Amino acid sequence: MSLATPDALNITTKQKIALAAGLVGLFILLLAVFNVDFPNRPVFLAISLGLVIGGTIIYSREAYLTKLEGIKNDGTWFKSISSRGVLGWALGIFLTTFYIVLYFFPKYLGLGVDGAANTGLVALFDPLSNLLSGNNASQWFVYGTLYTVAILAFGYKFMLKYRHNRYQQLRTASVMFFQTAFAFVIPELMARLNSDDFSLPYNDLKNMWPLNYYAFDQWRVDQFINAQTVGLFFLILGVVMIFVISPFLTYKYGKRWYCSWVCGCGGLAETAGDAFRHLSDKGTKAWKLERWMINSVLVFSVVTTVAVISTYLGYDSEKYWFTKSVFLISIGVFLTVLLAGILYFKREELNKSAFKGAIGFYILTIAFLVFFSFFDLSQIKINASYFSFGLNQNSYNFDSALRSFYGFGIGSIFSGVIGTGFYPILGNRTWCRMGCPMATIMGIQQRLFSRFRITTNGGQCISCGNCSNSCEMGIDVRAYAQKGENIVRSSCVGCGVCSAVCPRGVLKLENDSMDGRINPTEVLLGNDVDLMDLLNKN
Amino acid sequence: MEHVVIIGNGISGVTVARHIRKNSNKKITIVSAETDYFFSRTALMYIYMGHMKFEHTQPYENSFWKKNNIELKKGFVKSIETASKTLQFEEGDSLQYDTLVIATGSKPNKFGWPGQDLEGAQGLYSKQDLDSIERNAPDNKTCKRAVIVGGGLIGIELAEMLNSRSIPVTFLVRENSFWNGVLPEGESAMINRHIKNHHIDLRLGFNLKEIKSDENGKVKSVVITETGEEIDCNVVGLTAGVSPNIDFIKSSTIEINRGVLVNRHLETNIPDVYAIGDCAEQRDSGIGERRPIEAVWYTGRMMGETLAQTICGNRREYKPGHWFNSAKFLDIEYQTYGWVYAKPRENEAHFHWKHEDDTKCITVCYDTTNNTFLGINTFGIRMRHEIFDRWLTEKRDVDYVMKNLPQANFDPEFYKHFEKDILAAYTNQLQTA
Ligand SMILES: Cc1cc2nc3c(=O)[nH]c(=O)nc-3n(C[C@H](O)[C@H](O)[C@H](O)COP(=O)(O)OP(=O)(O)OC[C@H]3O[C@@H](n4cnc5c(N)ncnc54)[C@H](O)[C@@H]3O)c2cc1C
Ligand code: SF4
Ligand code: SF4
Repeated sequence: MSLATPDALNITTKQKIALAAGLVGLFILLLAVFNVDFPNRPVFLAISLGLVIGGTIIYSREAYLTKLEGIKNDGTWFKSISSRGVLGWALGIFLTTFYIVLYFFPKYLGLGVDGAANTGLVALFDPLSNLLSGNNASQWFVYGTLYTVAILAFGYKFMLKYRHNRYQQLRTASVMFFQTAFAFVIPELMARLNSDDFSLPYNDLKNMWPLNYYAFDQWRVDQFINAQTVGLFFLILGVVMIFVISPFLTYKYGKRWYCSWVCGCGGLAETAGDAFRHLSDKGTKAWKLERWMINSVLVFSVVTTVAVISTYLGYDSEKYWFTKSVFLISIGVFLTVLLAGILYFKREELNKSAFKGAIGFYILTIAFLVFFSFFDLSQIKINASYFSFGLNQNSYNFDSALRSFYGFGIGSIFSGVIGTGFYPILGNRTWCRMGCPMATIMGIQQRLFSRFRITTNGGQCISCGNCSNSCEMGIDVRAYAQKGENIVRSSCVGCGVCSAVCPRGVLKLENDSMDGRINPTEVLLGNDVDLMDLLNKN
Repeated sequence: MEHVVIIGNGISGVTVARHIRKNSNKKITIVSAETDYFFSRTALMYIYMGHMKFEHTQPYENSFWKKNNIELKKGFVKSIETASKTLQFEEGDSLQYDTLVIATGSKPNKFGWPGQDLEGAQGLYSKQDLDSIERNAPDNKTCKRAVIVGGGLIGIELAEMLNSRSIPVTFLVRENSFWNGVLPEGESAMINRHIKNHHIDLRLGFNLKEIKSDENGKVKSVVITETGEEIDCNVVGLTAGVSPNIDFIKSSTIEINRGVLVNRHLETNIPDVYAIGDCAEQRDSGIGERRPIEAVWYTGRMMGETLAQTICGNRREYKPGHWFNSAKFLDIEYQTYGWVYAKPRENEAHFHWKHEDDTKCITVCYDTTNNTFLGINTFGIRMRHEIFDRWLTEKRDVDYVMKNLPQANFDPEFYKHFEKDILAAYTNQLQTA
């Protein structure tokens, strides 16, 4: 076995050259990190990114276009990189380190501190940044560029891999577009509008609260308000997205409209992360953990946001439309009505643990609201070094402490370091599955008020497990399919890969009426009709 | 407490166990010599191809069995003593039962070819077969060529497997077109071309004469009957069908023919002994147009669902609904609903449509006396089981089916639809006919 493992699923010479080209491109970036000063930065940056993109394109064309259309998963569990082998671990460690440096030590990437000029990697990106926004690059610009490059290059690869599947192609084109235009080019260009008396915060339109946890921070809200009509428009759009547009689209199409068609985190996961989708844990233990984690993060994010807003409303209320009490009371009333409505109208669909969980998380949230209304959070001081392994020595007010801790723990560590850095170990959607509060909200809605479901095709399932294996959200799709039951799960991001890989055509993502969407069965279609009648009734 | 013992932990045995557990608290033991836990035989190929690992083919977590109080026993049943209700194991121990379910599945056919038991000559049925192919054909250096004998569903899966590791494959098929005992001509011909497009050396109309051995008792080459040609190879896949795995029952009082004989209630000639799945053979004749032995996944499951009722005191006949099945030929998915024979029988006609890309086609069979729709084969287009099941029950006429085909489409969203072309071709054919 050991000698003759099929990992030598050989790559062609052309692929080797393409791989080498891509690595040279990355190597140029690495040299820049170590402060090699390139004479002509624009040229070297172009060469580097060009080699990475070109290498990926040639590699994938050779991998997929030389074969007939179809499912291309041969060797996935043999290759070191995609089966938690040495290469997988190496990549994981490399990515994780990169994220830690990016978030906490940007100066090592060459970010100029206190007005100093950029050096190293960040400086290499200055020309491109100047071209777009007119400003020098920051570590975030470097990251944004690499992120976009990854989505574009691997998006192309993914589209070739699924060239027989239009659903896959369209949604990939969509995430490629949203990333490039909305997350990258438009905000950079909009920065050009900023002047001494007018400035807009960096605004990725598609990036909603609570995924965007700083959406309602005071400095941002102030900037929006100060930017008059345009700013107000964006601020209101942000709120309308949360309360109107997103619920409407989720009702019609499920949360996939966002997670698999628009979102940048999802976009990276589906493209660069595709090779790791099968690594997500399908066990019931992981599912249990998921439910705890994701709901806790949602509560955490709501509480943090409320704390931040209510604090600045507390000492500054004449600037805004609400006072602190009005704000806190309306949130409390909103949550209460929402929960009461769900518990009443959906009581049959909630099992005991969902019921208990919902009540528990509700009480927790309300307790915080009450606490906030009695105390002035800006008067409570917290020393951050206790919570940040000494990385951060400052002392904060309670609201900003919460906010910083959220930003550090959830925004940086969870979504970045673990969520993306651990792709090759935990699978590509760990953040989306375990952490994203936006996914939680849409997920609850998808489970309870949406037309979306994955239909199971009668009795055709052969329990092979391809669907579960390739579900990046760790859903045991087969557990439903082999019972002839539709898949209606809050975590499903509607990537459609389970349906694509099913060798028997059992699964179809679709939007249809809500009646009979959830259809537990005892005996599957194809058997004695009387027996089905008898058993499926009770 | 009544003790139900089930021999075989495949889909049939496991389904009956699960359903008995749902309806009763009888003591249940599942016996198997193959693996500790139930796995999906249909997914064996994906393990070799690296799409999944073995554990992913297990439909239930290992803790499932304990949680549901189903005992698992590993061991090979050597004989059944029906008088004393005892199973004797090869390992020497024995087990008492009150109720016995035989669900021992199939074994690959071997037709007495010289050399059929050499190392490297094998079927593809069990986990052990998978291990052996992994041993003999890990890559294309160890296995320079493989020859597959027998063109059925398992043969083509084996071809796809070996192909995934770039091992050259010669595929000997006795018929003059792939699986044409089942598939109508147009479909079978399309699959022939698809196989060749995958660079598989498909030899139609050829039989295996013998398998030759090297000095170590390993496969060295095969000889073809028709031409006498000798083909060097390291692995020979014997995939000329399967038959019930019941040799160990021969010594008992349980009546057998090719399989364990059962009546419509899945009862054998001995009280409290039942047989289901691949190993069961319907006494006298098959049900409706079905064959007496049905060696497919779905029927094993349905027999299990039915028998559980009987064992739990609600005696029921096995009455399967409309026939359906599915498979995949390399990249082309196949589904069938109702009956479409390779050649239209008396008072039957076929309508056949094929897409120009040569990967999609359908064949619809109908009754020429009253136009009733009888069945459909579809390739490269997914269809809704529920809709066809309903149309068959309602005995819709073929015109209705052709006009309403879009309702039955089950392809992923945004796929191109072909119902218009199909309907146009159908109308056209009616006019010229
Ligand atoms: C490669 C492959 C692909 C297939 N693909 C499909 C498909 O796509 N669709 C489809 O419908 N069908 C398919 N089939 C057929 C399908 O898998 C079988 O019909 C089904 O598994 C039969 O289930 P069963 O429970 O009757 O028997 P089995 O699954 O064969 O289980 C019987 C078990 O009993 C054990 N056993 C036998 N004798 C003894 C003994 N004396 N003592 C102890 N244990 C014993 C065996 O070791 C085995 O584990 C495929 C089969 C194969 C091999
Ligand atoms: S269930 Fe299917 S569509 Fe949903 S996330 Fe999993 S693989 Fe994607
Ligand atoms: S991939 Fe299809 S056939 Fe296989 S377990 Fe999933 S739904 Fe069933």
